[in-house]
Amino acid sequence: MMNNSSPPTAIAVENLRVIRGSRTVIPGLTWAVPVGQIVGLLGPSGCGKTTLMRALVGVQIVAEGTVTVLGHPAGHRTLRQRVGYVTQNPSVYGDLTVTENLRYFAAVIGIHRRDLDAELGRVLGLVDLESHATARVDQLSGGQRSRVSLGAALVGNPELLVLDEPTVGLDPVLRRDLWALFRRLADAGTTILVSSHVMEEASRCDRLLLMREGGVLADDTLSGLLASTDSIDIEAAFLTLVDRAAQMQEARA
Amino acid sequence: MNLRLTFATAVRVLRQIRHDPRTVVMLIVVPCVLVGLLAWVYDDTPIFDQIGAPLLGVFPFVVMFLVTSVATLRERQSGTLERLLTMPLGKGDLIGGYAIAFGLLAVVQALVASGFSVWVLGLDVAGSVWLLVLVATVDALLGTALGLLVSAFARSEFQAVQFMPAFVLPQFLLCGLLTPRESLPDALEAVSNVLPLSYAVDGMRTLSAVSDASGDVLQDVLIVLGFVAAAVLLGSATLRRRTA
Repeated sequence: MMNNSSPPTAIAVENLRVIRGSRTVIPGLTWAVPVGQIVGLLGPSGCGKTTLMRALVGVQIVAEGTVTVLGHPAGHRTLRQRVGYVTQNPSVYGDLTVTENLRYFAAVIGIHRRDLDAELGRVLGLVDLESHATARVDQLSGGQRSRVSLGAALVGNPELLVLDEPTVGLDPVLRRDLWALFRRLADAGTTILVSSHVMEEASRCDRLLLMREGGVLADDTLSGLLASTDSIDIEAAFLTLVDRAAQMQEARA
Repeated sequence: MNLRLTFATAVRVLRQIRHDPRTVVMLIVVPCVLVGLLAWVYDDTPIFDQIGAPLLGVFPFVVMFLVTSVATLRERQSGTLERLLTMPLGKGDLIGGYAIAFGLLAVVQALVASGFSVWVLGLDVAGSVWLLVLVATVDALLGTALGLLVSAFARSEFQAVQFMPAFVLPQFLLCGLLTPRESLPDALEAVSNVLPLSYAVDGMRTLSAVSDASGDVLQDVLIVLGFVAAAVLLGSATLRRRTA
């Protein structure tokens, strides 16, 4: 919107500081994500990935800094239809069927009654749950349940998807299918933010944000990251970056 | 608040309950069993006619309080609340949806329990039976509204269940059933004057003793409805989109 030369920005975070209880979870984070890319948020569990995602969807109390999503402050009223959020644990109603769940979230998003069936059919197809449409969610397997949760976020075709560990516990075939789905959505212009603590999923992403202890270790493409750290895989790159950060801290002290 | 979203939420909550037939049966049957037990305990005495109606107000109140507070706590803990708060759903839509869904259940419960008491157990009230149904419904609604409010402060199921003795039993002790409120110590009478269940029970007591006191009973009903509205508003106000 503001700069027509470079690709438009989906997410812009500036000097974000988040304190939970007495602990500073994110001490000061600045980061930008261009539209239409799949960005992987990688880092060990407890490094602040979920907190950052909560800040992006506007449910996290922020101590300092600005978070701009699709040109609006995070959590802005107009974003509530344009951003889809999938929490780490499947956040759907176990005592409803798959279709009943999707139907409710479609109503909340504001899908018109006459478009409802088509939209439900589209989403069920995307997450490959057509054969389980009338099953109760609490009778599904863990992997199926997390796909229902993903499906609920896909309703209304949001411009930004914030997915907290969507592939945990899925078998390799399903994982491949999901990444193929993310790629299709990104090609159609959706920006996708995926967190994972599985480093090997990095190769599926256009860009990576490596996090540790609430800070940014690296914000680069996979190849750029491997080149700058002279590593053969993401795991080694991560370790090199951690060592470098420690050395820098020592040098400062 | 948006009527369409509130209604969609109410339909969703009712669908959830429909998938749990045992809960539905218990919601309807338990108050009837309790009143039936009471009638049996006071068989061949005039006491059932005196306290039957007030307790017909208390039982649905307690049941609805518990069910509602657990239901909304589940919404919080399952992560669906967090998801909904990132979506275009107003806080009033969520609380309103729950209030409508459980309110409807409360109406059914009050109709069945009152009908059972009057026509099967032979409960004799001086006032009209419809007034009895109205007060019982409003009392059940009060339980729903307070359950909604209180669940906002519960962090676990243990806490939610503890709110029953913490919020409900003191109101029960002071509502005038054990000792008329006028003869309570002054301080306790003052407390009982600001507790909603006191008015719920006052209405029932007047109704069972006096035949032409509809005005007084309706006044109590209005006061209880005031508490219901306040609890629902406060419940929406305590819901926060952003949390630490």
